[in-house]
Order: sequence, then structure tokens, then C-alpha cells
Amino acid sequence: MALSDDLRDLYQQVILDHSKSPRNHGQLTDCVHVHGDNPTCGDEIDMYVKFNDEGGIADIKFDGQGCAISQASASMMTIKVKGSRRDKAMAMLKDFRSVVTGEGSVQDEDALGELILLEGVQKFPQRVKCAMLGWRALEQAMQESAKES
Amino acid sequence: MTDLSHLRVDFPILHQQVHGEPLVYFDNAASSQKPRQVIAELTRYYELDNANVHRGLYELSNRATDSFEAARKKVACFIGAGSADEVIFTRGTTESINLVAQVWAAQFLKAGDVILYTGMEHHSNLVPWQLAARRTGAVLKHIPVLDDGTLDLTLLDLLLTEQAKLFACVHVSNSLGTINPVRELCAKARALGVTTLIDGAQAAGHLPVNVRDIGCDFYAFSGHKMCAPTGIGVLYGKAEVLAKMEPWHGGGEMIESVTLEASTYKAAPHRFEAGTPDIAGVIGLGAAIDYLESVGIEKIHQHGQELTAYAMQCLAELPGIRLLGPQGDRASLAAFALACAHPHDLVEFANTHGLALRGGHHCTQPLMKRFKVPGTSRASFYFYNTAAEVDRMMDILHRAVTFFS
Ligand SMILES: Cc1ncc(COP(=O)(O)O)c(C=O)c1O
Repeated sequence: MALSDDLRDLYQQVILDHSKSPRNHGQLTDCVHVHGDNPTCGDEIDMYVKFNDEGGIADIKFDGQGCAISQASASMMTIKVKGSRRDKAMAMLKDFRSVVTGEGSVQDEDALGELILLEGVQKFPQRVKCAMLGWRALEQAMQESAKES
Repeated sequence: MTDLSHLRVDFPILHQQVHGEPLVYFDNAASSQKPRQVIAELTRYYELDNANVHRGLYELSNRATDSFEAARKKVACFIGAGSADEVIFTRGTTESINLVAQVWAAQFLKAGDVILYTGMEHHSNLVPWQLAARRTGAVLKHIPVLDDGTLDLTLLDLLLTEQAKLFACVHVSNSLGTINPVRELCAKARALGVTTLIDGAQAAGHLPVNVRDIGCDFYAFSGHKMCAPTGIGVLYGKAEVLAKMEPWHGGGEMIESVTLEASTYKAAPHRFEAGTPDIAGVIGLGAAIDYLESVGIEKIHQHGQELTAYAMQCLAELPGIRLLGPQGDRASLAAFALACAHPHDLVEFANTHGLALRGGHHCTQPLMKRFKVPGTSRASFYFYNTAAEVDRMMDILHRAVTFFS
């Protein structure tokens, strides 16, 4: 496939749309707050996560600055993980990493929904960091909440 | 416009297709390409003269030493140093600055002294001083940057005082293209007894540099940004300043005599060059200087200014663009932010069309904060770049705007 097709795959309309109008954008109070950044390119993300008593994700919002891939990935992620049980969110994180790196196998493709569209990142290995930025912040938030409880 | 496109034949790397389109290399501020004259000199050295320097008493070592020390003289001439003994070979700008921030700072800074730098420094002219401040208890201050990308010199009298023991300043900003008035700044510092270090990474090989005219105590630059190989750079230090400095690394080459208890050291520059140096790198740097001088630094500077003015004028027409840095006199790069696309996305798009741009914070995070941008896209030019290449860039950028809007 020509590189320009790869580029269209990377920047599909849905992805550009999420990056231009990210969902669950903003802040939460009374929550676990994690700041994540990508020191090589300066992308930054702030992830705000409220956990329920079972450790599931009751509410989630994010803000920050970054490229279309990091913003779209975070936006789509918040839609999918909001209301999820902890183990389900962990499983999605693992599956999503496989989607963007092409390593390992995806266990539950349906759970990821449109996040599968970020598969195009596989052809651009240096963008894996971008796609994972929000996810790494979520992972850290889950670790912190586990420590607290 | 000054046309130096006939020199492109000297740069084999430029004549290739990338992703099916002719390569346009606009990341010269990160590293320049190398002419075949420099590559040939490296080959010649390795095929005919290779040996360690200053050690062997045989023909090859003598030849290697002669070429090595001849390159030091070339560098001295190139930057207008008073003597070749003021030229220390390092791995590059970063190592040059660290040498001063470790050796000089340890000897001459004490708690409460001020280290003054500017808001437009590269991380390599910030972090070493922050480390030095932590070790010595010195205090860090900076000259802020104005909206137009120049230094706020109205605050100079307040900041550059006798309390400041060291003033570190970039000659040409790699993120804005600003050419700082280093001569005036150093004159003021000198009058107050403040030691000065100028980061010349973006200036050497791009515009005429004369360290005695600038009047700095230290001047640091990298070979790889001026047609020489990677891994070689220079620290110029004024003779009387170097004479007071302790050694840095200990080892072979920098000593006079060694006993099991103690050693005595050579004078500068060898005092600061422990171990086997990057001999090929030094010889390559010499060849790069020969090459640049055959082209003419004045001509290179003029070409850079004209090409940049043209690029700035073209870029200004892009919808939603914000150009950073001064409008008038500036170095050969254009940095910008587009409303519709983050630098990372833009640079990715450009790459698929064979255009090498740089996107990100360019190792100047404080400056990005200052201008409230997550990063910028940057096109940086050298003498082998052409107006036709700028036109190609504009075509690609217009397509990117359509793609991302
Ligand atoms: C202004 C400036 N200072 C310092 C450096 C560091 O140079 P080097 O990485 O060659 O040590 C650079 C290059 O990136 C630069 O542009």
C-alpha cells in the first residue's frame, strides 16, 4: 500500500473528528488526577478519574495538548472505559496496546469499538507513544486508586 | 536571490527519492548534511594516515598528529581566536557547555552568586547551569523573551549586575531564528567582570563568527551542524580564563607527569582533552571549514537570510498560521504553528511527501511555554537549499491544510 494510503488510514475522519471535538474533555474534582507527558514531543495530558467502591471507572475526563492521534485516542478511550469494571478496563488497555503495536493478540475486539480504527498507527511506530499517552495515564490512575484502597 | 544550487552536486545524500518524491531536507538546524569533500577526507585519513596522535614516534602517528593540530589552527582562524591553544575539542556544544558548567563553575561560583541566562536557551544551555546551581548554591535568573522573539533588554540593567558571575546566552536561537546582540551583551558583562559563555551551535558555519570581536570568554559549537561529522565540537576559551581552570576528565594525553601519588597537568587545550580524541572527527571538521570557506561564510549567511525571507513571505499566506520569531534580521529558519494541525501531525504528513521538517519543542520547553504553544513546526535551511524547494514545501503544506481542515 502506498504511504499516502497509510496516512489516510492513520488520519481517518472519525479520528480527526475526535481530535477536533474531543469527548469527555475537561476536568473533574474529587478524583484521581494523573499528568502524563511525552517528553520527546511535548504532548501533555491530564487525566481525571473517579472510581467507584469496586474500583470501577465511575467518571473520567481529560484535557491537555497534543497531536490528533493522542487526542483522538484519549477521547475514544474515555467513552469506552466510562462505567467499566476495573478488570474490563485493564483488558481493554492490553488489547488496545496490541492494536497499535501489532504485537500480541486482541482478546475482545468488540469491546474496543471504534478504537480499532487506530490500527493505522502500526505503520507509524514512532506514533505508538502518542496513541498510548492517555492510556498510560489511565493505567497510572488505576494503580494509584488500587494503592489507596 | 543568491543561488548556491551548483553546490548540491557536492551532497550525494540530497539526490534521492523519499516515499516516491524528491527529498527536501529542511532540518538543518538539527544537523547539516556532509559534502563529499568531507567524506573523502575521512576516508583518506583512515586509508592512509590512521594512528593515535601525540604518542607514536613513527610516520603515521606524525601525520595524524599534524593533520589533527592543523585542524585546530583552522578552527582558531575560523572563529578569530587569538591562538590555537584556545581551541578545545569536545563532542559538541552540549559537552562544551558542561565542561564550563562543571570545571569553571566549581572553582568560581559560590552560594548566592547569580547565573544569568535567557528565556530562549536550548536545554543544553539551561540544564548544565541548573546542575551547577544545585552544586554551588548559585541562583538562576533569566532575561525574558518579548513577543517578537527578541530579548527584553529593558531588564538588562536589573539582571546583568556585578552579582551575576556568569552570563550564558545563545548566539542564534534554534527555535525562533533570533540573532542576539552578543557583542553588546558581552561588552556590558565584561565591564561588570561577569564571565560570558555564548552558545554558537546555530551560528558557526552560518554567519561570520569572531570570538575576539564578540568579546566572550567561552564560545561553544558543534561540527555536525556545519558540514562536519557528528561527535566533534569545540569549546573556545579565552587563554587567561583557561589558564586558571582545573582539569576536567583525568587520563592520558592531559598529563605532564604521573606518580602513584599525584600528577601534574599540561596546559590548555590538552589539559581538557583526556584520552584518545575523535581524531577523524577533528580532521573532518577541518575539511568542513575548508569547504565552508571556499563557499564563503558571508555568502552562506546572505543566502540563508534571503531564502528565509522568501519562506516567511510564502508561509504567511497559509490560513491559520502563526509565525514565531523576529520579522526582520534573522537566521535561516522559520518556525510556525498551524491552527488546523499539531506539529506532530503536520510533520508526519510532510514526511509522506519526502519533506523533512522538524516538529516539537526543539529542546526549548520554557520557550514553548512562553509562547503558549505545545510545540512548533520548523523548516531550517542551509546553503544547498533552494527557493524551488521552498515552493515544494508550500505545495505540501497547502495540501496538509486541506487534509487536516
Ligand atoms: C542552540 C543550540 N544549542 C545547543 C545545541 C546542542 O548541540 P549538540 O546536540 O550538538 O551538543 C543545539 C542543537 O541541537 C542548538 O540548536
